[in-house]
Amino acid sequence: MTLHTDFARAAKAAEAMYDLPPFGNVSLLHMTDCHAQLLPIYFREPSVNLGIGDMLGNAPHLVGERLLKHFGLQPGSIEAHAFSYLNFTEAAKTYGKVGGFAHLSTLVKKMKASRPGALLLDGGDTWQGSGTALWTNAQDMVDACKLLGVDVMTLHWESTYGADRVKEIEEKDFAGQIDIVAQNVKTTDFEDPVFKPYVIKNINGVPVAIVGQAFPYTPIANPRWQTPDWSFGIRDDEMQQAVDAARAEGAQVVVVLSHNGMDVDLKMASRVTGIDAIFGGHTHDGMPAPTVVQNPGGKTLVTNAGSNGKFLGVMDFDVKNGKVVDFRYKLLPVFANLLPADAGMAAFIDKVRAPFIEKLSEKLAVSEGLLYRRGNFNGSWDQLIVDALIAEMDADIAFSPGFRWGTTILPGDTITMEHLLDQTAITYPWTTLTEMSGETIKTILEDVADNLFNPDPYYQQGGDMVRVGGMQYSFNPTAAMGKRVDNMMLHGKRIEANKVYKVAGWAPVSEEARDSGPAVWDVVARYLRGQKVVRQITPNMPKLVGMDGNPGIA
Amino acid sequence: LITPGMAQAAWNKAAFDAKNMESALGAIGAGKPADSADVQITAPDIAENGAVVPVGVVSNLPNTEYVAIMVEKNPAMLAASFEIPAGTVADVQTRIKMGQTSDVFAVVKADGKFYMTKKEVKVTLGGCGG
Amino acid sequence: MASPMRIRAAAKEGVTEVRVLMSHPMETGQRKDSSGNPIPAHHITELTAKHNDKVVLSAQFGPSVSTNPYLAFKFQGGAKGDKVVVSWVDNKGESRTDEVQVS
Ligand SMILES: [Mn+2]
Ligand SMILES: [Mn+2]
Repeated sequence: MTLHTDFARAAKAAEAMYDLPPFGNVSLLHMTDCHAQLLPIYFREPSVNLGIGDMLGNAPHLVGERLLKHFGLQPGSIEAHAFSYLNFTEAAKTYGKVGGFAHLSTLVKKMKASRPGALLLDGGDTWQGSGTALWTNAQDMVDACKLLGVDVMTLHWESTYGADRVKEIEEKDFAGQIDIVAQNVKTTDFEDPVFKPYVIKNINGVPVAIVGQAFPYTPIANPRWQTPDWSFGIRDDEMQQAVDAARAEGAQVVVVLSHNGMDVDLKMASRVTGIDAIFGGHTHDGMPAPTVVQNPGGKTLVTNAGSNGKFLGVMDFDVKNGKVVDFRYKLLPVFANLLPADAGMAAFIDKVRAPFIEKLSEKLAVSEGLLYRRGNFNGSWDQLIVDALIAEMDADIAFSPGFRWGTTILPGDTITMEHLLDQTAITYPWTTLTEMSGETIKTILEDVADNLFNPDPYYQQGGDMVRVGGMQYSFNPTAAMGKRVDNMMLHGKRIEANKVYKVAGWAPVSEEARDSGPAVWDVVARYLRGQKVVRQITPNMPKLVGMDGNPGIA
Repeated sequence: LITPGMAQAAWNKAAFDAKNMESALGAIGAGKPADSADVQITAPDIAENGAVVPVGVVSNLPNTEYVAIMVEKNPAMLAASFEIPAGTVADVQTRIKMGQTSDVFAVVKADGKFYMTKKEVKVTLGGCGG
Repeated sequence: MASPMRIRAAAKEGVTEVRVLMSHPMETGQRKDSSGNPIPAHHITELTAKHNDKVVLSAQFGPSVSTNPYLAFKFQGGAKGDKVVVSWVDNKGESRTDEVQVS
């Protein structure tokens, strides 16, 4: 590693960054959406994260310079690199990779040492996102979280291992060590609770309740057949009841460990009273400071802690006379080069990866350009996937789901099987080839668009727009449901409502589509082996209408 | 078993067969119910499963004697109706099928007059996520 | 003969909450089988719930009610050990009656 001057400066700054002065008497550490990334990775933050309606111009719908300005971050600083996409490639070369459980572990230990009694909360999307998590049926992440010292967690993608597996982990692996909390998961018959709604932990003599909120739309965004007897939903009435019950039980601090997504958390914070802070995830927004939400009962802090193991949130509360009187919050970026690897965690990771190393290390192709996923419409990684599906499956058009996980590859780097699995490793990876009318294609795009851009956050599901290959379209986020997508074109010709097109896709959620075709990683790997070199990719973006001046697009 | 002497109305075929809201409301004798904030409908914003959508109706109107649940865009609009005898709380919940995004109506009869309220429930194709 | 209903009845602060899960296909009459023949409608039409012989709820169902219907309601009164009896009939004239003790 060259000791670049920027890096030398960063290393100095790091000491200050990670020597966070303790404050108050109750500390909570928060990680979320690591998507099973045990090793350090690159992760580029989005350059498109549009907010419309009440969300326009507010966190988290700010990108690039507008984000830096909003949070008072210095352009060109290590923090600017951590929180924004700006100057990504060059800065990534300077500062190196982020995350990795061995480095995260060092940071967690450092924070716990300076903050006795601090708990580590895990917001979910922890067991899914890598080849090893998939092949070990989540066991590598379950064991890694125990070793990391997670105290309480909630769920989203965890459920895609199936209800039985989740309960097995809760009852066996986690027994006596990690609590799964989720007030909004009920049985589909009599609506009995599936998990504890909350736990109360004593931190330095202060009873602290952690209420769980699993991802409300799990059975819609992911296959319902994986959790057929569980119902989710937002259930803010029941959230209020849980908060009140925790207070009645003596909790002096009540926080929600949420996988709602940030816009939903902001709305929930405005409606439910008595919550001191919501620690949020799902939408992968790395927010340097909490949003303070007013509600009839007072104020609630809403945070969101990014993704892929890149950040650790540190919340310090000063609790006096039975209530929170002040706080300090910092979302610390985890720079692998600035935090030495924890030896125990590093040894565990080596061991758990050993049986799979050969498969993971297969070199598929060299990428000439930057490959990333995150952004409302399309990323270069997704463009590569839809290009591969069209070529390998002889399709006219290809769709790739608007997932927000998936790591970044720098220009000139080799794409390995592991990198490809970082984009695709799910328990329902099947490809589909479907004949669809132009009308059906529009219906699908409109449906997903409303899940992303409905002006009421409770109608949003928190992913990004389905990635589209082969066809072009125009898009107006502020238009009504059914009217956002227009000018659909294929090879220079208008897509006709009644004409039939061959559409490739993957990750089908319907039970009928189980085993519909080969796994997406096999199809894309075949394509990459044939290409050997992937040229610079310009993602196919819709022509946006009405978004001039929106601070959520660079 | 359903026995005579319960003073229960026969199954309202005309209402269950109605093909638009107007005739469904007509068949239950509701005419054009007034909107009322004292009638509350609970249903998910987005249905997890269009085949099983939980819907609840609470009426805070005194002497509520009848509650009906209607789905505007279902082929059979009237889903269910309930007779509320004195001593029973006007608070019922059931689960209904919905083929597509639609307004769901709660229609209530209290003191001989009809009132209603509605909520949109979205039925989505699903997929994707963060 | 249809499977038994699952009924829960619980009294709390002077109000008894009854929750019922019926076992019924609730076939709409709008679907076709694999060979394209229409599947005839088959759904519960009427339901009655009684507390110690007093009717506490009567309901009419159409085909839009979900398969294996769920019903929850509340009545005033009711004490531990009281009997709650629920009956339904369907459009084919089949019927079912089950009961539970208030807990
Ligand atoms: Mn996630
Ligand atoms: Mn998620």
